[in-house]
Amino acid sequence: MPLRTPLFDTHLSSGAKLVDFGGWEMPLHYGSQVDEHHQVRKAAGMFDVSHMLGVDVTGPDALPYLRTLLANDVAKLDAPGRALYSCMLNEQGGVVDDLIVTLLASQRFRTVVNASTADKDVAWMNARIAAAAADVVLTPRRDLAMIAIQGPAARAAVWSAWPESRPATENLKPFHAAEVGARLVSRTGYTGEDGFEIALPAGGAAAFWKALRDAGVAPCGLGARDTLRLEAAMNLYGNDMDESTSPLESGLTWTVDLKDTAREFVGRRALVAAPPQRALVGLKFLDRGVLRAHMRVATSMGDGEITSGTFAPTLGFSIALARLPRKDGADPQPGSEVEVDVRGKLLPARIVKVPFVRHGKALIS
Amino acid sequence: MNLPAELKYAKTHEWVRSESDGTLTIGITDTAQEMLGDIVFVGDVKVGATLAAGETAGVVESVKAASDIYAPVTGEVLAFNASLDDSPQQINERPYEAWIFKLKPAKPGDLAGLLDAAGYAAAQE
Repeated sequence: MPLRTPLFDTHLSSGAKLVDFGGWEMPLHYGSQVDEHHQVRKAAGMFDVSHMLGVDVTGPDALPYLRTLLANDVAKLDAPGRALYSCMLNEQGGVVDDLIVTLLASQRFRTVVNASTADKDVAWMNARIAAAAADVVLTPRRDLAMIAIQGPAARAAVWSAWPESRPATENLKPFHAAEVGARLVSRTGYTGEDGFEIALPAGGAAAFWKALRDAGVAPCGLGARDTLRLEAAMNLYGNDMDESTSPLESGLTWTVDLKDTAREFVGRRALVAAPPQRALVGLKFLDRGVLRAHMRVATSMGDGEITSGTFAPTLGFSIALARLPRKDGADPQPGSEVEVDVRGKLLPARIVKVPFVRHGKALIS
Repeated sequence: MNLPAELKYAKTHEWVRSESDGTLTIGITDTAQEMLGDIVFVGDVKVGATLAAGETAGVVESVKAASDIYAPVTGEVLAFNASLDDSPQQINERPYEAWIFKLKPAKPGDLAGLLDAAGYAAAQE
């Protein structure tokens, strides 16, 4: 029996084409994933992300516990409502999961973890509580639905559908959140566009989805979610990093905070001990066709591999993230060319700076 | 299922139209385009190549996946529909007009092994 979100019946009646995603029966698209992609870049689209799991972390030791659990430093969250992206690492420096953590109030945090890793994550987090004898309680929030509303018109559409939320959310900066009644509104997303992610009690999800739809927000599936996040060069757990790769080899060095030398977070020693041998870079395909995950990339420094590849609807050509060898402590340089093994043929691609697209604008051509 | 009765079909989701000059025009079915989703590239068709029945004739790529297309019978590839270079989404919009390649069959008129519309529909179940 597949897992289903509180919006499953809504998706069915909207004509969604469904797909299995980590055991969840989720919408892939509602007709055309390319149209949905453009809708988010140009106006507003919404995604059911209720398969992701909110986990509340509460208790007197919540802050010190999260400071050792996560590679980014939760001490940066200096006021309620601030949020942070971080990896959770194993002792070898590999990525157990990536997540967003929000400070809700003193001694009260909300983390949101990936769907396919949720059970593993909760077990891992509980094991760290036990190991540290920390006074912390984890509360998985399967009682919540989550909807991401994204695009240049997304926030205005939310205020139109839910006017009461406006005063508390109008001045929210990126990576800030506000509790409005029983809902948590965060100015975050996974598309490279402006917008909100809203966690709300499951019972109200279908009515809220309909109100958003009436306000002009287009339902979008996981297909568009993937092309949008890849154009924004945001990593996908399981594709672009996993337990065998470190954040330093995954384009996530900026999320690893080593400043406080006394902060012994899990994985720190392994990261400091060995410099990364590989780097995650962006590729622009110079031939026609589509780059895909696991294609081999031939470079002057040796072979690498594409971790995510797609056709980029905003750009009109194919792009990818690829993990390539470093040499003499240097990352592969933007501008240099590599060759990708596309079904037995070596075809040219260029290393480019990422993101590829941000706020509706192509950053490469 | 949208399956014109005048066409023949391969189990691998190609449709085949017999032209009056004995050549064959080949595309992919409505069912196939629907499974693939938004098509963004059609290519690798080698005009002039002689292919055995079932041999790879080219590739159709959607945002989601790459899918080979096959020669429905043995023959020589006569043409590729170059208008697909600029607008591959024609296949999503009009799957039975947006042909992909033309084939000169080694044995004209011999379409044994291909299915009629009912046979193709049954094979999908």
